[in-house]
Amino acid sequence: MTTLTATATTPAGRRARRKALLHWIAVHALGVAAALFFVLPFVFVFLTSLMSDQQALTRDLTPNSWHWENYVRVFETEGFLTWWRNSLLYAGLGTVLVVVSSVPVAYALAKFRFRGRHLSLLLVIAMMMLPPQVVIIPMYLFWAKQMDLSGTLWPLIVPMAFGDAFAVFLLRQFLLTIPDEYVEAARIDGCGELRTLLKVVVPMAKPGIAAVALFQFFFCWNDYFGPQIYASENPGAWTLSYGLESFKGAHHTDWNLTMAATVLVMAPVILVFFFAQKAFVEGVTLTGVKG
Amino acid sequence: MSTDTLPAQAAATPAAASPGGRNTLRSRRRRDALRTLAFLSPWLIGCGVFFAYPLVSTVYFSFMKYDGLNPPEWRGLANWAYVFTDFPQFWPALRNTLWLCVVMVACRVLFGLGTGLLITKIKTGTGIFRTLFYLPYLAPPVAATLAFVFLLNPGTGPVNSLLEAAGLPAPSWFNDASWSKPALTVLAVWGVGDLMVIFMAALLDVPKEQYEAAALDGASPWQRFRHITLPTIAPIVLFAVVTGIIGAMQYYTQPIVASKVASGVMGGSGVTFVPGYPDDSTLTLPQLVQSLGFSQFNYGASCVVALVLFALSMAFTALLMRRRGGLIGPGDRP
Repeated sequence: MTTLTATATTPAGRRARRKALLHWIAVHALGVAAALFFVLPFVFVFLTSLMSDQQALTRDLTPNSWHWENYVRVFETEGFLTWWRNSLLYAGLGTVLVVVSSVPVAYALAKFRFRGRHLSLLLVIAMMMLPPQVVIIPMYLFWAKQMDLSGTLWPLIVPMAFGDAFAVFLLRQFLLTIPDEYVEAARIDGCGELRTLLKVVVPMAKPGIAAVALFQFFFCWNDYFGPQIYASENPGAWTLSYGLESFKGAHHTDWNLTMAATVLVMAPVILVFFFAQKAFVEGVTLTGVKG
Repeated sequence: MSTDTLPAQAAATPAAASPGGRNTLRSRRRRDALRTLAFLSPWLIGCGVFFAYPLVSTVYFSFMKYDGLNPPEWRGLANWAYVFTDFPQFWPALRNTLWLCVVMVACRVLFGLGTGLLITKIKTGTGIFRTLFYLPYLAPPVAATLAFVFLLNPGTGPVNSLLEAAGLPAPSWFNDASWSKPALTVLAVWGVGDLMVIFMAALLDVPKEQYEAAALDGASPWQRFRHITLPTIAPIVLFAVVTGIIGAMQYYTQPIVASKVASGVMGGSGVTFVPGYPDDSTLTLPQLVQSLGFSQFNYGASCVVALVLFALSMAFTALLMRRRGGLIGPGDRP
């Protein structure tokens, strides 16, 4: 590109500059087209959420009058606040438990040398790829019959105190990027392993931990299968992701209210993303890199 | 191996070579093993209680007649025979999965690569474009599915309004057995942000000098892509394809929510819903596990389908982890 300005006065240079400009226009036009594809669904959903009940049944794309009270009506729907609270409980508690239980495991897999390390890592990856449905019958029987906890979210929250394969894998990938010298220096200074982990490794691993926490929060917030299996019998234990679908059932002609509820389920996730964009994108990249 | 701590430790403590050295070395080994065990213990317990035990138990139940009320009864291979020969939804679900593995995965990978490439070419407002392209990936699946059932609804949906205005055919999407999977594919392509970010990172890793050298040699943009870009990012493409296939086999929330909402069946408790609407076209294996187990209380057959799902998932996971050419192998480089 720098050569362009130098030769811009010659005819050949002008042609090259025209070509570069056309290229710029083509690329950005394509970019705008793609952006429309990604953004318009949000726009249509949001616009519909502000329509009157009658207008939501028409083919209109924009509201004639703006009905912000639709959002109030959603909150007044029976159960909506409870689902909101349950989602926060599940996602908040789940995230804290997964981070606390996964960090030591990931640390051991990344920095200790022991027999079975290779096997442990294979097991982590296998568990990461395991769909929850594979073991759901025995798990359900365990929580419902032995523990008598069906109709609550505890069967989903308690296992998170025992580490999560995806979190362990992602954290391990991150911890590998921390040079061993730091860990060794702490050891030579007489730091115990736990103190080395808490005082040296964790502060350096903050971006990785933030990514894991975000992923876990989103996983819990979005989880549909778990609440469907364990909480479906008790609407008092439903989460937003599970309740949202029944919302459509109860308001089957009110697309405006359903879309308002949809916006309210999407909003927290998107807000969290804007505050933690860097950590999130970094995390996604980590999951995709070759080990 | 950069994580070798033992030689470093031995070097740091030459005293270990003294006469008492063997003893301290042994006790150090023991202490190291205990330390490792302590750090791994939460996960080891979780592995046993939430993975190994239920997996063995699933195999056990696959040979039993069990409905959760009466005590389990030995049935031999009867559940297996039922699922493979008499259960009418098993093969449609597998066929749908194959369709998703081919069409949906291909669309997602191509679109992910395309948007990733586009982002690396965009010079003005890159950050804004990247955020906008990425955002749909974050939309919670239930909310995104509900949004698309609305956008694509045949009666008043904006997409069909626009298609008709443009004089194009307007299909019934989620209400038409031959269009429901394409509709799910549109939804999946909309949320392609994860692949886009991965491809973008890979594309930025391609050495710039190679492009410059190729440009000097008069290579066309396509030749440059074909001979420089593609070979460099091939492992990432393979990674995207294999994880995409694993995801397609485990596809659950979007099809079940779409079929429930489009068919007008109310979600929640006490409602029986036959998944796959319309005409089994959105069935996948995890949905069969759920409906056999929790609507029909046929735990035996449910466990058989669960094991088929397990075998398929693990086969493709093994492909990811192959030692040579493996993609997320336990190598030490992140």
